[in-house]
Amino acid sequence: MSSTMRAAVAAVVLACTAPIVLAQGSTEKGIEQYRQALKEGNPAELWEARGEDLWKRKRGPKNVSLEQCDLGQGPGVVRGAYAHLPRYFADTDKVQDAESRLVTCMVTLQGFKEEDAKKNPFSAPGRHSDMEALTSYVAAESKGMKLNAPLAHPKEREAFELGDYLFHRRAGPHDYSCSTCHAESGKRIRLQELPALTDPGEAQKVFTTWPAYRVSQGSVRTMQHRLYDCYWQMRHPQLDFASDTATALMVYMAKFANGGEVHAPALKR
Amino acid sequence: MADPMKIRATVAGDATEVKVLMSHEMETGQRKDAQGKTIPAWFIQSVTAAWNGKTVLSAQWGPAISKNPFLSFKFEGGAKGDKVKVTWIDNKGETRTDEATIG
Repeated sequence: MSSTMRAAVAAVVLACTAPIVLAQGSTEKGIEQYRQALKEGNPAELWEARGEDLWKRKRGPKNVSLEQCDLGQGPGVVRGAYAHLPRYFADTDKVQDAESRLVTCMVTLQGFKEEDAKKNPFSAPGRHSDMEALTSYVAAESKGMKLNAPLAHPKEREAFELGDYLFHRRAGPHDYSCSTCHAESGKRIRLQELPALTDPGEAQKVFTTWPAYRVSQGSVRTMQHRLYDCYWQMRHPQLDFASDTATALMVYMAKFANGGEVHAPALKR
Repeated sequence: MADPMKIRATVAGDATEVKVLMSHEMETGQRKDAQGKTIPAWFIQSVTAAWNGKTVLSAQWGPAISKNPFLSFKFEGGAKGDKVKVTWIDNKGETRTDEATIG
């Protein structure tokens, strides 16, 4: 056997043992490349455009637009609002995220009934969701800004404490909590990495990517939907849309994600 | 009516790069709904792009193209300020045309 042949054989043997270690890394790299390639053609932009149109269009029983909606930066200010949510709002005396705040505006400004405003938060095949579009638009107006959700008001502290409790409390037939999957680095479901949301480095990267266009669902999904789906996956009771429970979990996660750059609406599997 | 497309056109050397996002269900006709009934096929069949009235791309599409398709292509020529017009027609005869200015 020539020396080059031997070297080739050695290389083959190496190649056979190496993939076990490499597989995960290279797959994730592949997914990363795929995300990069698709970034410039993110269909979420179609949602942003539709959301902007909905924001400016006169709708509801009162036939007014949402242009005077106060998302925390004053009436009508959309720019940068998403980067400072969730936060406490004095008029509702509640801590609210972008979606529950949009519900408030649809009720107070446009005259929708609360149950109507909350009726269709998540789209289904053949049925658009205005909430997904509006949230995409609002989030996109904070692109590139650093997340800075406040945690100074007593109500915000209270929501944080509640979120902390809920995040770690095991329940349901599987005895799961959020922390079962999201409190340790390096965990996966199949090929999907599970971020450790109590680790600022990881939380900053992912929390700020919602809402996102999910290729597998052919739609933009919001943070409310992500939480709703996590609750379903844990076999917990259904998480109500725009509920205080959902907001509390967001306040809790936002604390670790603060400082991360807003990339929403992102593009995901 | 169908939702608008998002078109970006930029000069890249002596060519123009066009990126188009379309809003369309792109049903293959192979899927079934919750009741087990086949969801009828509904997809974009023809795409054309014109630069200042001259066709620079003409494509026939089928059900294998994804939902909310993204199309990127280059053509020779094009200058800042020129218009690029993209039109699609689907198998139901629905159509949508949008225009963008090369930047």
